[in-house]
Amino acid sequence: MSVTREVMELEAPGLLRRLTRIDWGWAVLVVGATLYTLIAFGARMDGYQIGTLIVSAAGGTWLGRFWKPFRTYAVIVALLSLFGLWRYGGELASADGDFFLKYLVSGQSAVMWMCALFFMSTAAYFAGLFARSDFTLRVGSALTWSAATFGLAGLFVRWRETYLTNPEWGYIPVSNLYEVFVLFCVITGLMYLYYEGRTRNRAMGGFAMLVVSAAVGFLLWYVFDRGAHEIRPLVPALQSWWMKIHVPTNFVGYGGFAIAAMLGVAQLLRNRAERVKPQGLLATRLPSSVVLDDLMYKLIAVGFAFFTIATVLGAMWAAEAWGGYWSWDPKETWALIVWLNYAAWLHMRFSKGWRGAPMAWWAVIGLFITTFAFLGVNMFLSGLHSYGEL
Amino acid sequence: MQDQTAQTARPHRSTASVLLEFLGSMNLAITLLVALAIASVIGTVLQQNQPYTGYLIKFGPFWHEIFRGLGLYDVYSAGWFMFILVFLVTSTSVCVWRHTPAMLRDMRHLRTKVQEKSLRGFQHQVEGEVQQAPKAYLAEAAAVFARQGYRTKIEDHGDHQVLAAMKGGASRLGYLLAHVAIVVICVGGMLDSKLSLRIAELAGQLKIETRNVPATEVPAISRLGSGNPSFRGSVEVPEGGAANVVFLSVRDGYLVQELPFRIEVKEFRVEHHSTGQPKSFESDLVIHDPDLPEPLERTIAVNHPLVHKGIAIYQASFGDGGSLLDLGIWMLDGRAVTPFTMQGRVFDSYPLETPDKTYRLELMNFSLFNVRPTPTDDGGTDLRNMGPSFTFRLREATGEAREYENYMTPVMQEGRLFFLSGVRESPAEPFRYLHLPAGPDGTPARFVTLLAYLNNPVIVDAVIEQTAAIAFDQATNADPEARAQIIASMKRLVGLFAAGGYEAIAREVETHTAPERVEEVAGIFIRVLHTALQGIYMQVLAEEGIDAPSEADQVFLEDAAITIGALPFYGSPFLFQLTGFEHVEASGLQIAKAPGQNVVYLGSLMLIVGIFLLFYVAQRRYWVWATPTATGTRALLAGSSNRNVMEFEQEFAGLSRRLLPADVARDAP
Ligand code: HEM
Repeated sequence: MSVTREVMELEAPGLLRRLTRIDWGWAVLVVGATLYTLIAFGARMDGYQIGTLIVSAAGGTWLGRFWKPFRTYAVIVALLSLFGLWRYGGELASADGDFFLKYLVSGQSAVMWMCALFFMSTAAYFAGLFARSDFTLRVGSALTWSAATFGLAGLFVRWRETYLTNPEWGYIPVSNLYEVFVLFCVITGLMYLYYEGRTRNRAMGGFAMLVVSAAVGFLLWYVFDRGAHEIRPLVPALQSWWMKIHVPTNFVGYGGFAIAAMLGVAQLLRNRAERVKPQGLLATRLPSSVVLDDLMYKLIAVGFAFFTIATVLGAMWAAEAWGGYWSWDPKETWALIVWLNYAAWLHMRFSKGWRGAPMAWWAVIGLFITTFAFLGVNMFLSGLHSYGEL
Repeated sequence: MQDQTAQTARPHRSTASVLLEFLGSMNLAITLLVALAIASVIGTVLQQNQPYTGYLIKFGPFWHEIFRGLGLYDVYSAGWFMFILVFLVTSTSVCVWRHTPAMLRDMRHLRTKVQEKSLRGFQHQVEGEVQQAPKAYLAEAAAVFARQGYRTKIEDHGDHQVLAAMKGGASRLGYLLAHVAIVVICVGGMLDSKLSLRIAELAGQLKIETRNVPATEVPAISRLGSGNPSFRGSVEVPEGGAANVVFLSVRDGYLVQELPFRIEVKEFRVEHHSTGQPKSFESDLVIHDPDLPEPLERTIAVNHPLVHKGIAIYQASFGDGGSLLDLGIWMLDGRAVTPFTMQGRVFDSYPLETPDKTYRLELMNFSLFNVRPTPTDDGGTDLRNMGPSFTFRLREATGEAREYENYMTPVMQEGRLFFLSGVRESPAEPFRYLHLPAGPDGTPARFVTLLAYLNNPVIVDAVIEQTAAIAFDQATNADPEARAQIIASMKRLVGLFAAGGYEAIAREVETHTAPERVEEVAGIFIRVLHTALQGIYMQVLAEEGIDAPSEADQVFLEDAAITIGALPFYGSPFLFQLTGFEHVEASGLQIAKAPGQNVVYLGSLMLIVGIFLLFYVAQRRYWVWATPTATGTRALLAGSSNRNVMEFEQEFAGLSRRLLPADVARDAP
């Protein structure tokens, strides 16, 4: 019987016949929501915004078909965000008296939930790995999904909060270091979940979530020590359409590089374990070197592709804001350094066929370079990119 | 490169082909990528294009010369950096040029001339028997491949037949696009770079201007005509003013670029949020161009430039356009208690005299809003507008100068008001702030009066005599000698204090006392000094009509005493108080002509498309080698893919089950 099924798969029926009822339902939902937005708010949107909405709708439809669990995720995020907006009404002050806002869905509360859930998911993944418990690993996945849900919903609610704080300030929250850290956690979490689904192996979850937990740790310090979550107006240079697509694109890149580095760590540990303790946990439970190697490549490839787009978008933004698409400003230059580094990595893999430990080490070093480009430049070097100074 | 076709070894190769091979080699490519990355790191770690004096102070004359010689202050236009870039472009071009023919062939060509032996060597291959005759079998197989999106070709070799199938040739196209894109981007970037200026400079046709002179006085050798195809510079235009040149900064100097039109700034506006942070910068421009029937009026803002004749005008910054400042000048040398007043314009300088020195006051800047993070009570920070401030330099006759930054309104600290004045020796340092307590009338008058009294021997002597008299009247055994001694030392202490604050007294104690008694003696001195200060302060208060000092008055004296101690470090005999201003703003415009921009964008687009094709299109090839047997056909299926091995394996497994159903068990690993 299995033969015929394979044959069926290979016969490749037309696209329309392959779509299930859920696929249709999803498309209708996305299109419906888009149309509603256009009808209700279209008059207040400019060309850029309408274009962005339509492209996002198309992207969302495609993503939902390509990666099924994304649909459930998107629906829950939407419901949670709408719930938050509904609790606010039109008053920022609602947050003081409302139980749900205070403890669940105000931007900051949702982000705090995200932080807690990411810590828990990291712990669950590691517990599952060490206790050889598939159930615990599945709990890890569920926690990661929940964390990503709260994080994204938190950003959506915060978007509204910026307007409630002061209608003139309102902006899409991808503009300061606090917001981009939340974005990083969400995107990295989701990217990891995608690859987890593809490889059906949860054993590497702890490693991937470790880097997210580190980001969460930084975020918490930033909130409690510096009050980073307070909403402030944007300086004029950041009030740009380019910026809003430049930043999220960049974070797909950073997310890819970060997970790749952690897979590199997993691979190095596994290599060592194979030598030292071939029957041990790491050598038997972690995915094989070949799988890790392939995944690492895929993540760096995806990261590199998006990082390239982000850099180009950044150049276009710079052209509009500073009068030059490339100024050799430290942030730009470090983006170039990161990019060159991964270009060299990819060349090594493809043309020299390098695999295994050297590439794993290189991916780990790559993460340090990336982190410097992302954080270090703001802390230690001065330049035109003034957002998010520490 | 996985494709070996280009690399057939030849016994005798010409120098040119060796050179080409080197230029197009992967090792060189990676070396260049890494070299570029390292050079870029240098450029970010060392702050670029700062004033040379700053570097000189930071690195010392020896290293300064070396760094300057290596072009490290402007890495990205240094000759060696350009050399790396040119090398990279050459290498990439050679690489593309060498690989293109093979790539194109590889993209289109279905290789039907294969060896059975080499197919057996494939990692993915499987062999089996089917009942159909070879022709019919291959025709069916071709249909299966076609449904998967493969191009196929069947060739009859007599004793056997071969089917070749391929898809994903675009992956090769991706390679071409991505690499040509690098060349395109670099060429576009070079069109817009300072390379041509550099060449003109080396050829002696251009000289960098380093003097600070008006644009009209810059000689022709430092000017660029309006025909210059690419430039990027900036100019500040005060409201109501106009500019027909921009300044291109080059290393420690600049060049003057003439514009084919005149830009007038009618009005410049900064809008502020309620927090005082800027919300938007806008300039109303009028372009006066002889080619236009009438002047062009446009408003530009940050992120919303104006492009005219291929020249883009951006709102980049803002500054002072020569504001008129009303200043009250208070003497900090105790020579006068009332301020004298003057009016000055930002960017102008004025002579100032004290009986023993002459100074020049150079007004540098005025800024209306100063939003600074200030600590709040609950431990966080808040952004607060500190109000107007101005900066100036006070230059002595010797040429030495210090820089000051004074705030107009006193700031509240712990419930008291202070005038803030920052001072620094060089622009590279941060300001250190003098906190000068404001009197109850909100002016420095009380502090300055106290200083004057402290420096006035008549008043000091009288107060001390009086204080001593009271003290000795109360004491029973009045010894005239002791009394004179105490009065003398009190006077000395006050004198020391007036000149050098508490520090001078501490120094005095340390040099004249045995170490174990320092603390004790210092305690006595301070008590004595305070008695005298209190006496002098009472005179100041009496002048204001106050007999009984309140607690606030008392705190004022403590603050004043600390400030007096800091005055020697302040280094100015004047305190400039801003009392009024007429704000004139200037709009900072960045003006650029970048013909390479669209080339760079085109290259970027090619790069992105190329990278996606490279990463997400896998080039897969299959071969079916069919030989007739008595009962049908013996078929060998082999395949390879350059990407996505896991997906390929699935596909291969599926195809082998479909094409060789009977032989599933003989799957190759
Ligand atoms: C800034 C410069 C360069 C960048 C960003 C760049 C980027 C890339 C990328 C992204 C790939 C794809 C890796 C893959 O196959 O997945 C690649 C492949 C390759 N590059 Fe470059 N490259 C650069 C310069 C060069 C130069 C100078 C050479 C020539 C010496 C070169 C030779 C190659 C070759 C031979 C491949 C393999 C193509 C294949 O077999 O698929 N690259 N490059």
